[in-house]
Amino acid sequence: MNTKRLYKAVSVLGMGIALGACSSSNDPQVSGRDEIEFEITVTNLSAGQPMSPVVVALHQESYQAFQTGSAASVELEQLAEGGDNSALLTALGANNAVLDEEGGSGAIAPGGSEVFELSAAEGALGTLSLSMLSMLVNTNDAVVAVNNQSLASMAINETMNFYALSYDAGTEANIETADTIPGPAAAGGAREGFNAVRDDIRDEVSIHAGVITQADGLSSSVLTEVHRWDHPSVKVSVVRVH
Amino acid sequence: MMKMKQLGISIGLSAAVLSAPFASMASAADLSIEIENLTRSTFFTPLIVAAHPAGTSLFELGDAASSEIQAIAEGGDTSGAETLLTGIGATQDNNPAAGLLEAGASTTATLNTDGTSNVLLSVAGMILPTNDGFVALNAIEIPSEAGTYVYYAKAYDSGTEANDEIVGSGMPGQAGFPAPGPVAATLGSGGTGVAATAEGFVHIHRGVLGDTNATGGVSDIDSTLHRWLNPVAKITLTVN
Repeated sequence: MNTKRLYKAVSVLGMGIALGACSSSNDPQVSGRDEIEFEITVTNLSAGQPMSPVVVALHQESYQAFQTGSAASVELEQLAEGGDNSALLTALGANNAVLDEEGGSGAIAPGGSEVFELSAAEGALGTLSLSMLSMLVNTNDAVVAVNNQSLASMAINETMNFYALSYDAGTEANIETADTIPGPAAAGGAREGFNAVRDDIRDEVSIHAGVITQADGLSSSVLTEVHRWDHPSVKVSVVRVH
Repeated sequence: MMKMKQLGISIGLSAAVLSAPFASMASAADLSIEIENLTRSTFFTPLIVAAHPAGTSLFELGDAASSEIQAIAEGGDTSGAETLLTGIGATQDNNPAAGLLEAGASTTATLNTDGTSNVLLSVAGMILPTNDGFVALNAIEIPSEAGTYVYYAKAYDSGTEANDEIVGSGMPGQAGFPAPGPVAATLGSGGTGVAATAEGFVHIHRGVLGDTNATGGVSDIDSTLHRWLNPVAKITLTVN
């Protein structure tokens, strides 16, 4: 059962209006006491890594977008190398374990936030999980993710905060050149996004070790010290609002 | 994962708002808070250790730091934060280490929140050597059940000063970082300065760059000594 996207991402200021609109909707899938709703705020905690448009999803705990030590899916590779979330959103939409998913309205700058409203059937609460994925765009293939974290049995008005680790998709060599990094740090280069060739040292997802940058001696790197980061690079705050 | 109530109000906001009485008083609690510096070779300046009311916090990630957090992060000056915390009725036991808390060392603060509505715990202190890095636990809900609770604290950058990594001033808005004797003994000198600008918002510290040139290079910080990865402190809360 794959719920339609019920709510668009809304700004903090626009939220009251959006919530008001949904409670008065005529759509039987939207109205009623059987829906549980979550307000999910994604905040970029890095100094110099814009996040590509995110993917946020509510799903059953059986779904997992990736596993460390295993090869990334092609849709994850497309997100990780080029910041393109469209294939991942399509895959989520086709997956019966996924209850609701939403794509970001644009990149999230360092220090910036975006708020999402997602919902699920109340009966799903016992096995409900959250995933959030985005590329750190001034990298070759870094994905910051909340990967299948449980929201089971959250009470109304309860808040849970998740601090996201960043992962190396393992699909592209971390050479940090202007031709291979799609983000703004690579201005002037080819800034390639997705490339189906998998040329990293190991075709497996791992915890990201961070970027080296010119400042730390990688002469081919287009990155500077401000592009470095430490975990966690993103905060995801979830409030059950209904 | 840590569960906590949402905190909407930063301590930088008006004390009148913050001091409004809350409907539910906390159950009395006698707390001990042990803070261990987990880093390899950094120092924590005198720490704020405070229990404070619901709806208040030291800072909001992604927002500009208050001037009180800026003073802590750039120079280790806790006086402004202490005044604000006093104004909202916080219970405080600041500077438990009576000075710098060096790498590997621990210190313990005690708080008794009897008769208060102080249900949240915060800890904050500058990390040296950094320009505006600080360790913090920000408005953690104090468990009501007696027991021992462990939190791992992260290093934040207040976003108020460029990370030039040069010995200089601890005054807010002035470049460089202060180097009291024990810290100075671990530093280089003559760095030309890392090219950087103040970020403008509180975020996770990206770590120091440093270099291996004790009498020059770009940084007065030693990359072989002073780097860290999160978490930088272990905070053990005992609710008696």
